[in-house]
Amino acid sequence: MKAKEMIARRAAVELKDGDVVNLGIGLPTLVANYLPKGIDVMLESENGFIGLGSVGESTDSNLVNAGGQLCGIIPGGAMFDSAMSFSLIRGGHVDVTVLGGLQTDQKGNLANWMVPGKMVPGMGGAMDLVIGAKKVIVAMEHCAKDGSAKILKICNLPLTGKGVVDLIVTELGVFRVTEKGLLLTEIAPGVTVETVKGKTEADLIISNNLISMKNVS
Amino acid sequence: MKNKQLNIQQASEYFKDGMTVMVGGFLAVGTPERLVHAIVDRGVKDITLITNDTAVPDKGVGQLIVNRQVKKVVASHIGTNPETGKQMIAKELEVELVPQGTLAERIRCGGSGLGGVLTLTGVGTIVEENKRKISVDGKIYLLEKPLHADVALIKARKADTAGNLIYDKAARNFNPIMAMAADVVIVEVDELVEVGEIVPDEVMTAGVLVDKIFCVEGC
Repeated sequence: MKAKEMIARRAAVELKDGDVVNLGIGLPTLVANYLPKGIDVMLESENGFIGLGSVGESTDSNLVNAGGQLCGIIPGGAMFDSAMSFSLIRGGHVDVTVLGGLQTDQKGNLANWMVPGKMVPGMGGAMDLVIGAKKVIVAMEHCAKDGSAKILKICNLPLTGKGVVDLIVTELGVFRVTEKGLLLTEIAPGVTVETVKGKTEADLIISNNLISMKNVS
Repeated sequence: MKNKQLNIQQASEYFKDGMTVMVGGFLAVGTPERLVHAIVDRGVKDITLITNDTAVPDKGVGQLIVNRQVKKVVASHIGTNPETGKQMIAKELEVELVPQGTLAERIRCGGSGLGGVLTLTGVGTIVEENKRKISVDGKIYLLEKPLHADVALIKARKADTAGNLIYDKAARNFNPIMAMAADVVIVEVDELVEVGEIVPDEVMTAGVLVDKIFCVEGC
């Protein structure tokens, strides 16, 4: 199984029936494809609606997701303006957000919006999502393309939010941000704890109840 | 009732060098393309542009960036238009990046007679630099100030001749709040109907907020 699919499959387990969920652009969008049976969620699209659905046959250029791609809206969905969209996000009406990350760390900090001198796309809605959603899940590949660690002791890129992350899901395992530090609770099949430690800069606490990563086999 | 309709030439007379303009749209969805073209055609310069994102080079407000008509942009995202980043790095364009929810609230404040908004968004990040922090009941918030423009250009699906508006799906986005936050509000619509044909309960932006209506060809 490819890394991205594993990550999306595992992150999907975190969603509960009836949750209002915002999925970030890129890898997090895939989470919607792997919802467990019997779990229905309402997807919020920060460009102004709730009830984001698959595109189906739609060619309507005024119905797009937050990445600008054509999409659908499910029965029971609702449209609104950007102020309402972010009132929902900041106001605690979104249960879960799943976002990608450039870096995250053992304090629950997240950096995902700029690399000084190289890439400054802007934060879009990410800064609002991380302070507003009840649960913040970072779904990202464990290491950068050059092999360097992305789960650090402390982020060195400009932050999206400080102390905002609840859970990190990578293709190697699942990490819970706790007051004592980063707790490895699940590990991917065939991966050793030593391998995970070797690819992680942050200090890891290994759970006494470490189990195999859910929903990936 | 005064006639709010104008043609594209009349609309373009509102575009001046150095103006601050808000333009609705999210990745050019819900952007009044013909009004933006009119800014390009008129060639006005040194614009301060307030908008969610700078779209792509050949669509929406992206064209104003490519055409180097913008002095400063206030937006939440510029990543889909490489020209914005290029001009920013070359120090030819000032870019103020604002979290999207904060941008929406600053515009809403500008149109609602509010002196600002207190938000948790951006606390502990570079967004808090040079901003007042205010403690309310033990929580630290950032004070984000209102935004206002000389002209707002917005897009709706349908208007009546009084300027009451109905938007289309995700093309609503920033349009209703921008319609409140500028001295002159010009809407581009696909369909124009007589007063009374839109029932009051369905009006999304009240006509009193809309100064001028530009109806695209054939409507």
